[in-house]
Amino acid sequence: MQITVTLNGRRCTDEVAPDMTLYSYLRQKGCYSVKCGCETSSCGLCTVHFDGKPVLSCSMLAVRADGHSVTTLEGVEQEALEFGKFLADEGGEQCGFCSPGFIMNVLAMVKELPDPTDEQIKHYLAGNLCRCTGYQSHLRAIKKYLAAKQKEAVR
Amino acid sequence: MSYVNAAVRKKDAVSLVSGKPVYTGDMVPQNSLMVKILRSPHAHAMIEEIDVSRAMQVPGVVCVLTHHDVPHSRYTTAGQTYPELSPYDKLILDPHIRCAGDPVAIIGAETTQAAEKAMKLIKVKYQVLPALIDYTQAIDNPIIVHPEDDFKVLVPVINAEPKRNICSKGGFSFGDVEAEFAACDVVLEQTYNTKANNQTMMEAFATFSYIDAFGKLTIVSSTQVPFHVRRIVANALEMPKSNIRVIKPRIGGGFGAKQSAVSEVFPSLVTMKTGRPAYLVFTREECMTNGSPRHQMQMKVKIGATRDGHIRVIDLYAISNAGAYGEHAPTTIGLVGHKSLSLYGSLRAARFSYDVVYSNTMGAGAYRGYGATQGIYAVESAVSELADKLGIDPTVLREKNMVREGQIMQAYYNEPCNSCALDRCLKTAKEMMHWDEKFPVRKLPNGHLHGLGVALAMQGSGISGVDIGAVELRLNDDGFYTLLVGCTDMGTGCDTILSQMAADILDCDIDNIAVRGVDTDQSPYDTGSYASATTYVTGGAVVKAAEKLRAKILETGADILGVSPEKAEFDGKQVTDTETGKSISLREIGYITCNGSRQLLSSHESHSSKVSPPPFMVGMAEVDIDPETGKVTLMDYVAVVDCGTVINKNLARVQTEGGIAQGIGMALYEDIQYTEDGRMMNNSFLQYKIPTRLEIPPIRVEFESSYEPTGPFGAKSIGELVINTPSPAIASAIRAATGIAFTSLPITAEKIAMGLLHQKEHE
Repeated sequence: MQITVTLNGRRCTDEVAPDMTLYSYLRQKGCYSVKCGCETSSCGLCTVHFDGKPVLSCSMLAVRADGHSVTTLEGVEQEALEFGKFLADEGGEQCGFCSPGFIMNVLAMVKELPDPTDEQIKHYLAGNLCRCTGYQSHLRAIKKYLAAKQKEAVR
Repeated sequence: MSYVNAAVRKKDAVSLVSGKPVYTGDMVPQNSLMVKILRSPHAHAMIEEIDVSRAMQVPGVVCVLTHHDVPHSRYTTAGQTYPELSPYDKLILDPHIRCAGDPVAIIGAETTQAAEKAMKLIKVKYQVLPALIDYTQAIDNPIIVHPEDDFKVLVPVINAEPKRNICSKGGFSFGDVEAEFAACDVVLEQTYNTKANNQTMMEAFATFSYIDAFGKLTIVSSTQVPFHVRRIVANALEMPKSNIRVIKPRIGGGFGAKQSAVSEVFPSLVTMKTGRPAYLVFTREECMTNGSPRHQMQMKVKIGATRDGHIRVIDLYAISNAGAYGEHAPTTIGLVGHKSLSLYGSLRAARFSYDVVYSNTMGAGAYRGYGATQGIYAVESAVSELADKLGIDPTVLREKNMVREGQIMQAYYNEPCNSCALDRCLKTAKEMMHWDEKFPVRKLPNGHLHGLGVALAMQGSGISGVDIGAVELRLNDDGFYTLLVGCTDMGTGCDTILSQMAADILDCDIDNIAVRGVDTDQSPYDTGSYASATTYVTGGAVVKAAEKLRAKILETGADILGVSPEKAEFDGKQVTDTETGKSISLREIGYITCNGSRQLLSSHESHSSKVSPPPFMVGMAEVDIDPETGKVTLMDYVAVVDCGTVINKNLARVQTEGGIAQGIGMALYEDIQYTEDGRMMNNSFLQYKIPTRLEIPPIRVEFESSYEPTGPFGAKSIGELVINTPSPAIASAIRAATGIAFTSLPITAEKIAMGLLHQKEHE
């Protein structure tokens, strides 16, 4: 089937198999930031933005992206790095394999929740598993990032 | 500036947080064959017939390999120094199926879809055999897991008796155990059970292979042990090691899982058979059912003390489930005894004995803690129960008995305890937790139960007399350095930590050091990143190499200036004649040594250690239990760690937090279960519940550093130690809250609810 997707701001028209997942399509398009950690929609590693909303690309067919906009970490590299630096300064990226999906969800959260509490942050990101960090450094990084953003907004 | 003991950002951080293609699966050559493995649905069977003819007809299928097509040398996938203590008990493909998921055929196809289609068309006729699933019944069971005659043991000391399902047995003791028990006022006996926890690193096992320009089999793999993989693949494929090259890119976590060559042999075989590049990535289900998890164990503890709280003797017996294959089985078991009994300097006698047995469950392997986790869970749980029996606060009982600096650790190869701040760790932890105000239990107005638990832990720093790490340090033109390492950064940050050490000795900016590892054709030899070795062992090599290079730079600079080295100094930027003040910059020395008029400057050093100094820690847990549902909510976790000098404050903290989170999973949630016929019920993240960020409480970490005289900058290890306290601390907290000793992990809500119900009925 032929699909036309706005991928990271560029229109792409491609022939895809009906059973191809959005995850496989994105990897095929060279978006290697998108990772896979399970087959059961449990880990959050494949999180991308679909019309601006976070979705699990492993659990969506590529054909559903026809006529829609999909953003991966490659499409928001500057924003990602802005938060990523806070994560790195806590040592919270560790192996880094879950970082892209996690960062994509953090960026979505920041747009959706203006001033989230710790509990709201944990709930929003509960679907992003990480086996290295124990999540504490994530929370520290997010709070420092939010504080820096607020400071910037005040300015 | 000094980098050691600072919070330095990881050198690879920016590429990791911007999702760069740096992992095995991101670099697969375009024309690779996709490899899939057909796995047995049966836990114990013989393959009678196997027909691949229809599978071979699927368009795109290039090879379908069965046990008829593969070499028949038994080998081990355990990544250990040769001669390995793990028996050579495995074939690449074996007609004798020993656990559900054992490989039956290997398919190489142009696409994953073609490989999967072919997988369904392979016809296998099995003779299904009765399976041995309950490992506690393994010894002398009529079902024999390894009846084969070519079962090979390299080191007889493991005492394998495969015909009796014994992979290894043995033990050690000191003092007069029976006499000490007779002299004790209180003796407690308890049995503890742990499960085969899965590491669940986020990146699955992944490997690709190809033939390079020199005709060499090149393996790019997510591994902790590239140099061991070279030997393991050579053994399995019956190839010379000189014809194999292993490259390790960035790794998406390992935790010991990748200390075994779980995935490497299969694509390598496909490449050798077809000449084509080949790629295999495990599904999460395969990682769960046929990975290399923690050894499941049952431990019986007998502990004796006098009425005033002197712990005099411990007798510990453990039976460990190797599963179908003995990878890491004869070695993990030793830590069960060495690293639990050594926590108590007060012991006048101790005994540890064990059996490691085969069964028809998945083969186990190395998982962070490596037996110490199981042993410490059992012994520390027993010590807390003993404290109750004696009517002594469990922290006070530990203060009275725990190991202290200067003691000889009799259960730890008689090593001296050169550095130990366990006393300070306990004091600080008690203050942080407000232990004295809170302990033992508070019943809240809403009926919930609160409880506090404590545990001590230790580990080692590398394998004494076995682990070796080498590094090469070079001065380049323009005055920057290259640090070549053979150890494997698996996300822990060792590339950065080793650079910090080198930068401090060379007085340079850390960005002036380009660090690189690992390519077995180019990197210096290193046994690999396991056994908490890298900071301590390879760090020792970095210190030597950096000091040597520093001396060479001084010598060369002084020579260029025309003075003797004694009359010159090197401050990291330039060599200066101390009398005349004349100087030459490092940059110039770099260029001069690269232009042929002088020798290039480099140093190559290796390091190993005769001792394995233990890091220590104290963990404390506070739990809230809903008595109606049995649900445990962790309220707080305090950890105070003595890893010697902390090299990188951020990374040591994150190691601690991450290890504790994994330990929480082991204590409360992660529950590998089998059906009666030996199929795993928890083969995905839906059924095998690792903690999400909702289950993890605030983990508050502090460091109380001792100084280890044999370590680089006074450092010891941290990576494994930190997984050891949650199970005993949480189990003790639950016992304090409920009055019930739950002695089988994980302590699920169901077990607690049923336990409380049972308790009520008997009141």
